[in-house]
Amino acid sequence: MSEEVLAIRNLRIEFPELFRTVEAVRGADLSVRRGEIMGLVGESGCGKSMTAMACLGLVPPPGRVSGHVSVDGFEVVGRPDRELLPVRGGLAAMIFQNPGKALNPFFTIGRQLTDVIRLRHRHGEQESREVALEALRSVHLPDPEIALGRYPHQLSGGQLQRAMIAMALACEPKVLIADEPTTALDVTIQAQVIVLLRELADARGLTILFITHDLGVVGSLCDRVSVMYAGRVVEVGSVRDVLESPAHPYTRKLLATVPKLGDGHSELAFIPGQVPDMAFPPSGCAFHPRCERASPVCTKSDPDDRDLGAMHRVACHHAHGAGETEAPGTANGATTP
Amino acid sequence: MSTLEAHVIGVAPAFTGPSRWKRVRHFVGSHPLFVIGLSMFVIIVVAALAAPLIATHDPLAIKFSEKLQPPSADHYLGTDSMGRDIFSRVVYGARTSLMVGVVVVGLAIGIGAPMGLLAAYFGGRVDTVMMRVADVFLAFPPLLLPIAITAAIGAGLFHAMIALAISWFPWYARIMRSSVLRVKSELYVSAARAMGVNHTNVMVRHAVPNALTPVVVQGSLDFGYVILAAASLSFIGIGAQPPDIEWGLMAAAERAKFLDFPWTVLCPGLAIFVTVLAVNLVGDGIRDLLDPKHQEFK
Repeated sequence: MSEEVLAIRNLRIEFPELFRTVEAVRGADLSVRRGEIMGLVGESGCGKSMTAMACLGLVPPPGRVSGHVSVDGFEVVGRPDRELLPVRGGLAAMIFQNPGKALNPFFTIGRQLTDVIRLRHRHGEQESREVALEALRSVHLPDPEIALGRYPHQLSGGQLQRAMIAMALACEPKVLIADEPTTALDVTIQAQVIVLLRELADARGLTILFITHDLGVVGSLCDRVSVMYAGRVVEVGSVRDVLESPAHPYTRKLLATVPKLGDGHSELAFIPGQVPDMAFPPSGCAFHPRCERASPVCTKSDPDDRDLGAMHRVACHHAHGAGETEAPGTANGATTP
Repeated sequence: MSTLEAHVIGVAPAFTGPSRWKRVRHFVGSHPLFVIGLSMFVIIVVAALAAPLIATHDPLAIKFSEKLQPPSADHYLGTDSMGRDIFSRVVYGARTSLMVGVVVVGLAIGIGAPMGLLAAYFGGRVDTVMMRVADVFLAFPPLLLPIAITAAIGAGLFHAMIALAISWFPWYARIMRSSVLRVKSELYVSAARAMGVNHTNVMVRHAVPNALTPVVVQGSLDFGYVILAAASLSFIGIGAQPPDIEWGLMAAAERAKFLDFPWTVLCPGLAIFVTVLAVNLVGDGIRDLLDPKHQEFK
């Protein structure tokens, strides 16, 4: 259980532009153990997806990657494309936000599945068809024989996401990287996909890095969660620790923005300010311009990770204590200066 | 997991629409110009293929005793100044024109599309080199470049075809490039890369099929222009040479007698007109049919 399957150390991803350099990821650390579902949450543009792409060595040019990413002991950063082909799909597979666009509209589901299977296993046609059918059955896609002959536009979003998961798992990867796989689906289908991922993780001991901005999904699916802000992981811990006693002010605010049913027409909570321009990140702690706990030290030095016990770590100078509760209203943007 | 399965809506059964005949009738009704163009084009193709059976006379047989006869029961479209049967020559001319269209468009796509594909897929320096080469050829007016090329390598139908292909390929390079650029940013290309598919396979399986539609449409539209351009080159004397049977050449040979013996020029001229019209109607139709937003039955 304790073996690290996906280890990211001090990952930096920079995109040089004409007069500036955008730092998409600034020293992210992440560690996912075998059989674990790790949630990776954060606002849009905080570097979640880039971190995921870096796991497969797929950061688009002209992105520059440094640091370490090791997938099942295989160092990804700095490898030429040719050496990475076995990693992609073989060690780590990826599923995407929009399953309708992640499949080639020109070929049937079956053709695309068997192509992927043959790429890995050198099976014959009949044999790879069997493997494809088995893969579709394992993700509970109804009528897999019929679905094999269907084109992507003939299936619904939920069915396509199942097919994508089947394709990703057909190669028996060590890690499944799920980049917001439920964001484009409606709530009931979303729940089905989450149940399916949980089931697959339990049945196969699959390791999943689950990227999302939906904290509700994290709560129902993940074992541990990492919170990312401005290219750094600012808090990591078990789902219980992070969601019930968040230590980083950002995590607190993020949690406070989750709308609750039955709250009537109360104002939607939001985090004041906006995600910093990553070409010119704030000095010190990147969150200090939006943080009401910020003190002069926050503007000067970027806090190191602090261990709060039980694998709960936070990068903040003024982390909330375990039992500490938020003063009422402070998470709401309307009341902060 | 039976509870889960119970929630899942099954894959819908195959679409069962109206009967085949009704669908054909609906298709003709909704694409009348395409059907007309296609019918004309099919007739021309059949005429070209079955030319020896359809032609009433030997298209090359010179008979000065029957020169410049108006259309009659024997010579459907009359005879030219050397007594050759114009109907037979028009029928045989279809072979030349269709062959020119197929070869030139095929060559142009064969050179241009791979260039555009490589330029767009790899970008950077490859892109710059490929597209600047294409731009050089694009800088010439469309008929001037073939004239210059045939002037350099000699007149003749074969040389004219090569010249036309050279002046046409940059268009396909550009279309393919923009099309591949669009496909390249599609998620399924990233997904394929994430599955460990190498560059060659991503290009062949994902980029090419999804990017080829605009090239095919442009090719079908250009087919007519190429026939027209080839006829123009023949007309000004640097394309087909006697004894080739070519519509442009036929019109050119008789142009001095146009007012007195109009059929000698009108018949090959009309043949060009009808063929280009048919091909353009078909090309427009193909464009509509390949546009996913126009698909009623699928």
